[in-house]
Amino acid sequence: MLIIQGAVSLGLIFSLMAMGVYLTFRVLEMPDLSAEGSIILGAGTAARLVSGGVNPFFATIIATVVGCTAGLVTGVLHTKFKIPPILAGILTMVASYSVVIRIMGTSNIPLLPHGPNRVTSVFTFLQETGLSRQASIILFSAVMVVVVGVVLYCFLGTEAGSAMRATGNNRQMVKAQGINTDAMVILCLMISNGLIGLSGALWSQQQGFASVDMGTGTIVIGLASVIIAEVLFRVRRVWARLITLVAGSIIYRMIIALALNLDFLSPTDLRLLTAIIVAIALTLPLIVEKVSKPVEKTKGRRK
Amino acid sequence: MLHIENLNKTFNPGTPIENHVLRGVSLHLEEGDYVTLIGGNGAGKSTLLSGVAGTFLPDTGTITIGGTEVTNLPEHRRAVYLGRVFQDPMTGTAANMNIEENMALAYRRGKRRGLGWYIKSKERELYRERLSTLELGLEDRLTDKVGLLSGGQRQALTLVMATLKQPRVLLLDEHTAALDPKTAPKVLAIGTKIIKELNLTTMMVTHNMRDAIYHGNRLIMMSGGRIVLDISGDEKQKLTVEELVAKFSLASDEEFTGDQALLG
Ligand SMILES: Nc1ncnc2c1ncn2[C@@H]1O[C@H](COP(=O)(O)OP(=O)(O)O)[C@@H](O)[C@H]1O
Ligand SMILES: [Mg+2]
Repeated sequence: MLIIQGAVSLGLIFSLMAMGVYLTFRVLEMPDLSAEGSIILGAGTAARLVSGGVNPFFATIIATVVGCTAGLVTGVLHTKFKIPPILAGILTMVASYSVVIRIMGTSNIPLLPHGPNRVTSVFTFLQETGLSRQASIILFSAVMVVVVGVVLYCFLGTEAGSAMRATGNNRQMVKAQGINTDAMVILCLMISNGLIGLSGALWSQQQGFASVDMGTGTIVIGLASVIIAEVLFRVRRVWARLITLVAGSIIYRMIIALALNLDFLSPTDLRLLTAIIVAIALTLPLIVEKVSKPVEKTKGRRK
Repeated sequence: MLHIENLNKTFNPGTPIENHVLRGVSLHLEEGDYVTLIGGNGAGKSTLLSGVAGTFLPDTGTITIGGTEVTNLPEHRRAVYLGRVFQDPMTGTAANMNIEENMALAYRRGKRRGLGWYIKSKERELYRERLSTLELGLEDRLTDKVGLLSGGQRQALTLVMATLKQPRVLLLDEHTAALDPKTAPKVLAIGTKIIKELNLTTMMVTHNMRDAIYHGNRLIMMSGGRIVLDISGDEKQKLTVEELVAKFSLASDEEFTGDQALLG
């Protein structure tokens, strides 16, 4: 039960990251590795502010804005300085590791909710109503996921959102419709990394600390949620994709929790496991195709 | 409607692959002019059209569209004046989006994209009406992904999109060259019908001499980055493919080769 609760709360928090990853990898069709920087920027900023006594809601908002900034940097590097997207993302990610230490002032900030100088978090107000800490985290994260999901869905349906989706699909066509594709790319990266920063802010408050190395490999976790959702659910509509992202994120956490429960695996195997899950999920459609219709394998697959 | 003055463009200047592609091109199109543009491979036809569209900035020269100078405007800022259809049917539409989403994007060409819903329900009536003139049944497939359409259907859709919001100038760059021989003339005819109906000022690049003669009121030939032939009015009406081939060789110092243009 405890394992499931933990998986659900982490899954919910990371589904915000999955939405950010979905925006860049799938909507913009631009693999953005700055995600890994923005999650620690979000976690570090929130931890620094919350431990300094700042209102946790305000701290979380600031952390989101800092995440947006990482997206802005990647976007400008890519669109204005013509740096290839992967490299632009890597540059931001690497720079973030230094920036986050500047923000935190140290490499590790504990946020002990029951420590001597009792630090609050965005979950505290729910705990004060008598809910358990775990239930408060799940409830609050679920509400955040619903709110963010609805806002994101609505945004993608607006004129600007439609222009953004088209930008990921066919930049030449979008320019011919008088849309500034550079601005669209930058905006998408900012929203994506803002969501990832938000995810990081909640994550640090959930686990009760932030450390500079906590972000390593998280991009693959975000990707795992997106790909698990795609492989398992195969839906196309935007609202359905968003819902399955949350499911994918929780399922990923369940798989990890169960696997790490096995005696011969230790928590440090998490990243290896994640990589294997993503690799399997990516290969699965290919295997299914081969098994189900071996004759037609020469037929080109079209998106 | 379109005025081009002494346009010059060199790609990769100062390098071994330096290429002076547009060499002082000047051209004036009156409102309603429908110009067909021919010339050998590499003559600079596509470059001239993308220069007008703003894909790159010229080294010298000016471009004026309907009295507005656009020479230094970026591509997306001058798109409001232009309708464009490209050679590759994949280029003009967003494949992962459905027909009405594509049309709604085109309907807002040049407008700020705000937080209003991407389409208003009353627009669908207009889209259906415009699509029905194609007689391809696309008006009943508004929510079908464009990626499901054939190349010809996509080019026809792109034509409708390019003219949904009346452009000052329509630029067609070999927009039927990638289509099969049965579809190409149909899409060409659809284009000419729309151009006549809306009295659009048009520049159409084609490889096909017969099409160049049959369509439009003026024919321009480019060679080596220059306009070498400009025929309009009665002279164009009476032009034959043989005459045009002769003029082509004469004007361009190039032997006319069959693969450059389909004779018919
Ligand atoms: N963006 C570019 N960079 C470098 N060279 C280019 C570019 N665009 C066109 N060219 C060159 O300009 C010449 C003319 O090309 P183009 O205008 O496409 O000819 P066409 O008349 O066949 O349409 C070609 O030699 C082409 O290689
Ligand atoms: Mg060309």
